[in-house]
Amino acid sequence: MQPEYKLDLVSPAGSLPALKAAVDNGADCVYLGLRDETNARNFTGLNFDAGNMRSGVEYAHAKGAKVYLALNTYPTGDWGRWKNAIDLAADNGMDALILADPGLMHYAMKTHPQLHLHLSVQGSATNYEAINFYREHFGIIRAVLPRVLSFAQVEELAAGTEVELELFGFGGLCVMAEGRCSLSSYVTGESPNNCGVCSPPKAVRWQKTAKGLESRLNGVLIDRYADDENAGYPTLCKGRFEVEGETYYAMEEPTSLNTLELLPDLLRVKIRGLKIEGRQRSPAYVAQVTRVWREAIDLCVRNPKSFSVRPAWTAALGKISEGQQHTLGAYHRPWK
Amino acid sequence: MKLSLGPILYYWTREKLQAFYEEIATAPVDIVYLGETVCSRRHIMRLGDWIELANMLSGAGKKVVLSTLTLIESESDLKTLRKIAENGEFAVEANDMGAVHLLAGRVPFIAGPYLNIYNPQTLSMIAGLGAQRWVIPAEMSRDVLQPLQQSRPAEMETEVFAYGRLPLAFSSRCFTARFHNLPKDDCRFLCLDDPDGKTMRTREGQPFLVINGIQTQSALVYNLIGEMGSLRDLGVDVLRISPQSGHTAEIAGLFRDCMNHRINPELALRQMGRLMPEAACNGYWHGRAGLEQMVHAGERSAALAEI
Repeated sequence: MQPEYKLDLVSPAGSLPALKAAVDNGADCVYLGLRDETNARNFTGLNFDAGNMRSGVEYAHAKGAKVYLALNTYPTGDWGRWKNAIDLAADNGMDALILADPGLMHYAMKTHPQLHLHLSVQGSATNYEAINFYREHFGIIRAVLPRVLSFAQVEELAAGTEVELELFGFGGLCVMAEGRCSLSSYVTGESPNNCGVCSPPKAVRWQKTAKGLESRLNGVLIDRYADDENAGYPTLCKGRFEVEGETYYAMEEPTSLNTLELLPDLLRVKIRGLKIEGRQRSPAYVAQVTRVWREAIDLCVRNPKSFSVRPAWTAALGKISEGQQHTLGAYHRPWK
Repeated sequence: MKLSLGPILYYWTREKLQAFYEEIATAPVDIVYLGETVCSRRHIMRLGDWIELANMLSGAGKKVVLSTLTLIESESDLKTLRKIAENGEFAVEANDMGAVHLLAGRVPFIAGPYLNIYNPQTLSMIAGLGAQRWVIPAEMSRDVLQPLQQSRPAEMETEVFAYGRLPLAFSSRCFTARFHNLPKDDCRFLCLDDPDGKTMRTREGQPFLVINGIQTQSALVYNLIGEMGSLRDLGVDVLRISPQSGHTAEIAGLFRDCMNHRINPELALRQMGRLMPEAACNGYWHGRAGLEQMVHAGERSAALAEI
């Protein structure tokens, strides 16, 4: 018998308190990373060691939630570190591993065949042939899609694979195809693929000048703010640059992704995971976002036809978003 | 060591393409990669047209490889991909795992620079599927490459992007259309006006990136001509030159002269000064930020001698 279809709310946890906040507010699954470059949110003061990872898994399992470990960078050099992380996940009852590197998938599949493997968004699989490649060679059961497809394309892709699909629903918006962007290493030497960071804080400098407040990344001017403008974190694709005499957000405005209004479509296409971005965010943020999405999903499941986005949800999410602006991103074709 | 010409990353008119490849037919490159790798909307050249060019270049003694699109998003992209995979004549460079899926175990292929092969384990897996050559990720340093070279599978060739503006990122958004305030679906193919892309500068005028449709490139030109020693020591088999609208054959000539010890790298780099669209960088090769330019002792003394 086919298991009953259900859309999982997958929340981020950068710490044990954030994990508890996610579980207590209705997340079906929580994803986390270790405290090193084995995952794509390798920030100081964030993430888990073996001890609190074990506590986290126990806490989540006791309340019926699942835990996924993100090991989604590409190992260069110290292979043992990534290999140990896979072994640690297997020993600690992780419900799934989120991987991008084919070499690691091969190791995980051979050494721990019982482990469920998910293809990370960093794996850049944007079509069903790519997803079926990972299915055929490594037995992945779920793939997280890069934030580059329109919803019509997602639908087309879903029809071509039996692999479960997980989509980003809310949080930071990557403009570039994940796993295919080395802008950060071009400027700072460190990128998501090789170090698990983008526009790393240690490369950021703020400077008050006569022309305004300047943000720089390894010396490169990313933006300059007038006194009446809100300054944002200098993620380099969200800065203002000059092209043929025009200065503007040449790649993307500082905005975040919010797909609440797509919920009925996600259910119709039987998307299996709705992922919230933000392992770098606070437990309070995780609690707030998880609570809103839990309520929205439950309401939509009960009555998808009459579903509409409640203003209170938008207001609650708006208060905590980057740049306080929302977009449907690539899911909505005209964004492209 | 062999020299290759990568696929043209920009959108050029048919006349420009034709003239370009006629010149390449007599240029000192051994391998030529052909095809559209950036945007599925670019349609001046159909597969049949590329095959025609491939035959012409093949007749001129070049090894021709057909390159696939990097960001494959739709059924129609997959259709084109299948046709390339089944062309039956020319080798194929796979730039997406979807392409690898179609080629694996059937035809030998070249693993392109966007497959994210970062370690010996992945390289050996991809070799097992039938890859006979791989192109290292642009951001890979010589120190990271070294263990992959030491343990690489027999018969596997290694190719390094050695000259050109670095393809740094792909998006589903078209930044050229965005510049013109047009939606991507109605882009009017304005990237035809930018045979070397559009330069994006910082607010203090530093040439930073280049907009090329859905692709973002470095404004600086990645140039490993000065690294011939370490490229040789590492046993790199192929150096790739990425086409630009002017002087590509001359650049290839200087690389060839350097490979054949007819000119020293310092002098070659100086001569390239007037041929490059922007200044050179080589940071990635040295494990540093890509935009940095590490200067060798030899170049420093040559520069001092000039003063």
